[in-house]
Amino acid sequence: MAWFTRFVNSMRPRLPNDERGRMRAVANNLILHLHPTRVPAPALQMRRTWGLGGISALLTVILVLSGILLMFRYDASIERAYQSIQFLETAVPFGSLLRAIHHWSGNLLVITVTLHLVRVFFTGGFYGPRRSNWIFGLALLLLVLFFNFTGYLLPWDQLAFWAITVGVGLLDYVPLLGEAMATFLLGGREVGQAALRNFYALHVAVLPALLMLMLSYHFWRVRKDGGIALPTPSGPVEKLTTIPHLVGIELGVALLTLTALLGFAMLVPAPLEELANPAHPPNPAKAAWYFLGLQELLLHMHPLAAMLLSGSVMLGLAAVPYWDRDEAAIGIVGRSARGREAGLVGFLLSLLITPSLVVIDEWWLDLPSLLPTWSTLITNGVLPLALSLAGLALIYALLRYPLRARPSEALVGLFSFIGGALVVLTVVGVFLRGPDMVLMWP
Amino acid sequence: MTSSDLPTTLSRRDFLSLGLGALGLAGLLQSGAITYQFLAPRTIEGEFGGVVHAGELVSFPPGSVTEFPDGRFFLVRLDDGGLLAVYRRCTHLGCAVAWHPTEDRFTCPCHGSHFDQAGVVENPPAPRPLDTFAITLRDGQISVDTARPQRRDHFSVDQVVYG
Repeated sequence: MAWFTRFVNSMRPRLPNDERGRMRAVANNLILHLHPTRVPAPALQMRRTWGLGGISALLTVILVLSGILLMFRYDASIERAYQSIQFLETAVPFGSLLRAIHHWSGNLLVITVTLHLVRVFFTGGFYGPRRSNWIFGLALLLLVLFFNFTGYLLPWDQLAFWAITVGVGLLDYVPLLGEAMATFLLGGREVGQAALRNFYALHVAVLPALLMLMLSYHFWRVRKDGGIALPTPSGPVEKLTTIPHLVGIELGVALLTLTALLGFAMLVPAPLEELANPAHPPNPAKAAWYFLGLQELLLHMHPLAAMLLSGSVMLGLAAVPYWDRDEAAIGIVGRSARGREAGLVGFLLSLLITPSLVVIDEWWLDLPSLLPTWSTLITNGVLPLALSLAGLALIYALLRYPLRARPSEALVGLFSFIGGALVVLTVVGVFLRGPDMVLMWP
Repeated sequence: MTSSDLPTTLSRRDFLSLGLGALGLAGLLQSGAITYQFLAPRTIEGEFGGVVHAGELVSFPPGSVTEFPDGRFFLVRLDDGGLLAVYRRCTHLGCAVAWHPTEDRFTCPCHGSHFDQAGVVENPPAPRPLDTFAITLRDGQISVDTARPQRRDHFSVDQVVYG
């Protein structure tokens, strides 16, 4: 067995024993050199990042690989798309598993990038030069959502057809350009063959190319900005070599993610509803779960108002680095003890206020019939939008003055309030909406 | 350097680089226009959007609502005998409405809008009545032009065609 021992020994990676050698190994490797050669010890604590950026990157790789395989078995025609998915589910070896991996990775990616955003916000990862990467990250979040949006038309089932119909229907309300944009995107007046082909090209070519460019920039900026945001150190900080300290953690997190994903994909196949029927929407017709928060908003206000409200939140997020310049708080979760308190207050208030507003608007308050002479654009659009924005301003003022929080701390509270509202609206949309979108106990 | 010191004539080098920039811009705009026209939607003859022959007036009794799935519309014969071709696309976000004869109304399952027989909103969020298509009545034969849905803010008698 001497040959076997020799073989095993020859396969063993020969890592240099000294620090300099290991640092050079990182610098000279195409992939590893995304990392610095050494990292500060506090950056390696799991509770600092929860590995969310890394998990998202891993999911992206999985999505690309499984997506390429799926392309070989998919037909982007309305006569055959659904059939090809059924064939994949029933006849192609590992077809169901690969589709499940792709589907659930896409879903999980929405969660991990959102949590990544939350983590970066709470640790102040947007101060100073990190500002540009924060805004870039927001653009990447929109890109991920657009990826999911284009992806779920492709199976050509009922969810696909009606979710895209409703989603593109939103565009019609954008003044001046909206209808032209919707027609251009769909390649016609309604969702059909042209729309399927357009969405397929976007999903497998245009968006991946964009994602490659944007992700490269995102990673490069992280290095340029000096890695993840850490509290300003009071003394010298211990630095550890990337091999084995960081790479070891990354491998561990990657293996855990892969195991969880594979286990889930084996147990739960990707859903497939009935063949798309343009004459009969399912009842209730719901979008994918991560858009149900927005769909819930649509039940309460004019589409333009709902879009403006979500747009204001996105713009507000992009403005955070210009609003909060409390750079001394970098790396401290929630800025300070008071900031964490403001965050908790904001979140709890949201858990109280948002469901109350949903219930009040559903059962008692009917602005359009209270003010029958006014246009519904005002009673159902301008008024709810103004009330929501005023409510948010009030929350901010409440945290700022009675609680005497600094702007940066009050912003933590406002962020938590909006995050809580999104969670509540999503839960209501997913679980508490029955046939005809009536509010009901599940 | 004050503005009076700026040269009043354009050097040959500046002229050429300006020209090069302008050409580059023109090239970019042309590529954009080519891409746009290449990708612009185009309708195919014979698809939804043509004239649909619905049949004879006598086969639709007053008070009836008949669905034409290929034409994407409901032919409504009002109680007074008037005709309306109601586009099935909900004016809220584009779901297909369904006719419920027992409740005498159109409902949209996506966001819960209701419309009466003439397509007028009974329950929001739909912002305006269902769109209609133009009807031509000749020798008792009904034909519906599905090329252009007609928007309306409220119901009025001139939207109805009488035999």
